[in-house]
Amino acid sequence: MKRLIPIILTTGIVIWSTSLAMAFKPAVLFDMGGKFDKSFNEGIWNGLEKFRKETGIKYREFEVRQEAQREQFLRKLASRGSDPILAVGFGQADAVAKVAKEFPNTRFSIIDVGWLDAPNIQGIAFKEHEGSFLVGVLAAMKSKTGKVGFVGGMDIPLIHKFACGYVQGVKHINSGTTVFQKMTGTTPAAWSDPARGAQLAKTMYDSGADIVYAAAGSTGLGVLQAAADNKKLSIGVDSNQNHIQPGSVLTSMLKRVDVAAYQVFKSAQDGTWESGVKILGLAEEGVGWALDEHNSNLVSSAMKSKVGQVRKDIISGKISVHDYMSNNKCPVN
Amino acid sequence: MKESRTNNIIVTLITTTNLLVAFIISGIVIWSLGEDPWFALKTMLYGAFGYEEGLGYTLYYTTNFIFTGLAFAVCFHCGLFNIGAEGQAYIGGMAVGLICLWFENWPLLLVFPLAVVVSIIFGGLWGAIPGYLKGRHGSHEVVTTIMFNFIASVVMVYLLSHVLRPPEKMSPESRVFAEKVWIPQMHEIFDWFGIIITQTPLNGTFFFALVCLFLVWRFIWYTRWGYELRTVGTSESAAIYAGINVSRNIVIAMTIGGGLSGFVGINEIMGSSHRIMLNFQEGIGFTGIAVSLIGRNHPLGILLASLLFGILYQGGAELSFEVQSIDRHMVVLIQGLVILFAGALENLFRPQIENIVKHFLPKINVTKLF
Repeated sequence: MKRLIPIILTTGIVIWSTSLAMAFKPAVLFDMGGKFDKSFNEGIWNGLEKFRKETGIKYREFEVRQEAQREQFLRKLASRGSDPILAVGFGQADAVAKVAKEFPNTRFSIIDVGWLDAPNIQGIAFKEHEGSFLVGVLAAMKSKTGKVGFVGGMDIPLIHKFACGYVQGVKHINSGTTVFQKMTGTTPAAWSDPARGAQLAKTMYDSGADIVYAAAGSTGLGVLQAAADNKKLSIGVDSNQNHIQPGSVLTSMLKRVDVAAYQVFKSAQDGTWESGVKILGLAEEGVGWALDEHNSNLVSSAMKSKVGQVRKDIISGKISVHDYMSNNKCPVN
Repeated sequence: MKESRTNNIIVTLITTTNLLVAFIISGIVIWSLGEDPWFALKTMLYGAFGYEEGLGYTLYYTTNFIFTGLAFAVCFHCGLFNIGAEGQAYIGGMAVGLICLWFENWPLLLVFPLAVVVSIIFGGLWGAIPGYLKGRHGSHEVVTTIMFNFIASVVMVYLLSHVLRPPEKMSPESRVFAEKVWIPQMHEIFDWFGIIITQTPLNGTFFFALVCLFLVWRFIWYTRWGYELRTVGTSESAAIYAGINVSRNIVIAMTIGGGLSGFVGINEIMGSSHRIMLNFQEGIGFTGIAVSLIGRNHPLGILLASLLFGILYQGGAELSFEVQSIDRHMVVLIQGLVILFAGALENLFRPQIENIVKHFLPKINVTKLF
């Protein structure tokens, strides 16, 4: 009997701990783009998959198709006991605010939203303008023609924020540099139109630009392709896109949504999850620029040290980058 | 009389057969994914009907499809293929939203009729312009209405991202209206009678949609205008010979169609989201085409077909939620198969079914069946 006690105890503990692990039921609500959008949602998905592989904990997921489904399925997830619930994209903000009130014991995290304030909501926003400033610096230093370009996705304030940061970075190095700016479209289709992206980039290259920065979802893939075809340079966005067209992608502006998503689940699991707004900028490594074997030949050591200096100055506050969304205006064009 | 009853039987049988084939093929696809098709079907039906919340969402989607389905049907009876319901709903909805923003201190009893009128005016105008271009200049309505969808989309994007968006808000959408002008939701209406039901976006607009079904039915088959409209649709030259003004009828049909589409805005904006949003009408207008075709352009058929698509939307979403290996693309596939078989390939089994019906019908007394 005495020998049995430790066995019973250990089995008990094992069962108890697995039931604890079972009790941790994270969930994610993807936005309209769907989890395989090769961009924003997919970045989140990558981060969550990493979490799943590391911990073996499965998560529930749903891809929203209708506006009304946001609230419906947030509520459904919460009432089924999912916790934490990660909502993807600013489109979910109102639904999260409402449902979070109904389920005060469920933790909600939302990415790309920095304005919700509730004891069980964690908002995660990024300083895209800071990351864009850095790639703007790189573009201005690399450009031989004194002309660079920007191709945005859908014409919304968030993308103007990218553009404005980029232009500020370019003008910081050389105020005489011309920046061509184009938005792909005014509907969500603008996020997934590589042919149009290639066309817009081609026009800019023909007008003398030699580097084009694309912040346009999968439309940007067309920009990268056009750069490779025309022997010019491009700049990727969100995830590291340097490998897509090796040798012609100058760098990529990184927005680490995957890290953020991973952190949400991880912190909720180990109990360090906190409500409130987390704004991830250069200092928090939430944004940055990509340097790897695919673009190391394109970035000179002078560029590296300059952009390193600028990065430090932004973090220390010596350079302040204007956020377009603070007043819907950009000081430079 | 007997002839039309036989015809009704044939049409019902054809639609049922087509739906059955669509569901069988969907079942095969689900089975090949390694899931149990029976379980999928049960989940879908339970999700759509099985509990109050599911039913509420189903009927909420149904309401939208009734409006766009009718919008297509009215034009179809006039021989027009109106694929501009998206744009008409968009502009009509914008007008509804603006009324709610401007008159949010007025009582709902005044704002609601006002919203109905402006959605008819704006949605109707968005239909009337292509109608005029068709009636006067012969521009094909398929081309013009789809172009007007794009124009509507661009106008709305401009308004929402530059004019209506409050500066502190990130999404391109207007602020939320005062609660006074919200259409009472179904759980509130039931609450007046002391019945408690779950809260869903289903709202009073549902009853308005039923009224519209009835009015369209009366209009098309029991008024002189409806008669003229159908004459133009059946034979334009006969209509001219009979002294009917064809271009005027085309404009009227398109205006009514546009106005009906505009009512989507009442359900979506005034009844559910309470703010003007980007793409609130997305897909509803185009689904209306399928709804109307499957429902044989008859209000009763449209009601049933709207319900079918309500089930597919709500039940499909439940399915992809419950069965994680079935994602939303699978649900779109099922919807696509329904449209393909019940809409596009409607005559696939017609000869066989006609033969069967004609073979058996003389032996049974039809009048007793109905």
